[in-house]
Amino acid sequence: MDTKTKLELQKIAVKIRKGVIEGTGHAKSGHPGGSLSIADIVAYLYFHEMNVDPQNPKWADRDRFVLSKGHTAPALYAALALKGYFPWEHIATLRQPDSILQGHPSMKYTPGVDMSTGSLGQGISTAVGMALGAKLQGKAFRVYSPLGDGEIEEGQVWEAAMLAGNRKLDNLVAIVDWNNLQIDGSLDEVNSPCPIDKKFEAFGWNVITIDGHDFDQIDDAFTAAKECKGKPTCIIAKTIKGKGVSFMEDKCEWHGSAPNVEQYEQAMAELDAALAGLEA
Amino acid sequence: MADVIKCATRDAYGNALKALGQRDDILVLDADLAKATKTGVFKKEYPDKFIDCGIAESNMMGVAAGLATTGYTVFASSFAMFSAGRAFEQVRNSIAYPNLNVKIGATHAGISVGEDGASHQCCEDIALMRVIPNMTIINPADDVEAYQAVLAAADHDGPVYMRFGRLAVPRVNAEDYKFELGKGVTLRDGKDVTIVATGLLVSEALAAAEALKEEGIDARVINIHTIKPIDKEILIKAAKETGAIVTAEEHSVIGGLGGAVAEVLSEACPVPVLRLGVEDTFGRSGPAVKLLHLFGLDAEHIAEKAKKAVALK
Repeated sequence: MDTKTKLELQKIAVKIRKGVIEGTGHAKSGHPGGSLSIADIVAYLYFHEMNVDPQNPKWADRDRFVLSKGHTAPALYAALALKGYFPWEHIATLRQPDSILQGHPSMKYTPGVDMSTGSLGQGISTAVGMALGAKLQGKAFRVYSPLGDGEIEEGQVWEAAMLAGNRKLDNLVAIVDWNNLQIDGSLDEVNSPCPIDKKFEAFGWNVITIDGHDFDQIDDAFTAAKECKGKPTCIIAKTIKGKGVSFMEDKCEWHGSAPNVEQYEQAMAELDAALAGLEA
Repeated sequence: MADVIKCATRDAYGNALKALGQRDDILVLDADLAKATKTGVFKKEYPDKFIDCGIAESNMMGVAAGLATTGYTVFASSFAMFSAGRAFEQVRNSIAYPNLNVKIGATHAGISVGEDGASHQCCEDIALMRVIPNMTIINPADDVEAYQAVLAAADHDGPVYMRFGRLAVPRVNAEDYKFELGKGVTLRDGKDVTIVATGLLVSEALAAAEALKEEGIDARVINIHTIKPIDKEILIKAAKETGAIVTAEEHSVIGGLGGAVAEVLSEACPVPVLRLGVEDTFGRSGPAVKLLHLFGLDAEHIAEKAKKAVALK
């Protein structure tokens, strides 16, 4: 990936992180930790990889994004706003009764949301359905579905993985956001799904493990996914929960709690500094 | 009664799917039960439009939802127990919440599953599906109605839960019957009491009305095939004109047709409403017809309930 493109994506990722803080800060609730860990991949997908049209969100041939880890909607909403699906002003209305931005993604309220998700384990099944739909219709669109590392403890994920492997859905990419933390503690403390790579391999998937904050590695992985024929691809992205906000990084408690006013200011100052550094 | 045609509603489901197969937008999904749910009839004719998802009903419902977003009208089939029961939350969150065009073909509903016993005899599905917003529920009385209901479901925009039985049941509708979604059907007029029945108890309700006539009770019989949205008008009219209601269903007395009718009438026209169904208990193994009698799901018990309802007027 060339330096200029990478720099642009890095800036967008910081802007997405600012959206995460702005949304959850105003809502006084939400899930910043996992939203921050997936921000780089969301930036890459919406601003480099996916073939979408914000002016025509329901375009039949668009690539699909199914946020199976639906609680990290703030990252998705920021990306959609930056992409032009709706004005940025909506970000601060997150989780309010008159907002188009629900606590978890909803097709009903938000332009650009391809599937209503939030109940863990369900999004990936719908992503499999979309990928199957593309194959049956001979269409070229691709489907991208980020999952939480804790989410893959849900049995339904493996039902979906089995069908996707057996149906050779090479137009499907699942991304496991491997930040190693879930609500009650680390994966090991709760009920570890590891080894994640061996499990997906056993279900007939092409598996690529990367640093989920390194755009070169992200780019290589999604390029390799496109080149892989006859298998769905699982990109296991090693990430840091809370990435980009120092006091949130690698802290379980930031899974589902919002910053207070002081924390909001500090987080925004850090992200503004990061953005200024990239723009310098 | 040797001339009465008997056919299981699940057979009509398979045949109707086959007829729908000519449409480009139709897909049929099953979870390793194609022979039993009769989706196999469709599969044989349209193998490329049939997807066996294996024994994974929760995933099947999600896959159906995803396919629906790409423009398909998707029929997803399994037994009622696994469609409404195991996959309840997938039906709620992945299908009904986004209001997607998925039609759930749930066969082997109720006690009449027979020998397989309680684990497979789903008497809770109507109650489960009824509380989900956006959901339409159809429980056909016979094969004629079932066939047309499937075609109507295919033309309806949004999720539909269709409830079919394993047991061959007597045909109550004529060949030229016209199914209308959401509209109850008065099969027999009467002024003393109304029997509101659904599914395989419609034919028993008609037999009960015949028996009641012998005792001087003039019973109306209404077939409610669409349980949601329910035909309030026909129910309120019956309550006003006959003053007493008996509901009859092969489902728990809690939350099904009886619950739906009681909800409507308690607010719009309170009259005695007696509910006949499976009491708050699990089923058991046995030949289907024997079980139906054992659980009080027959003309004799309906007639008894009707007399009690009349006495309460």
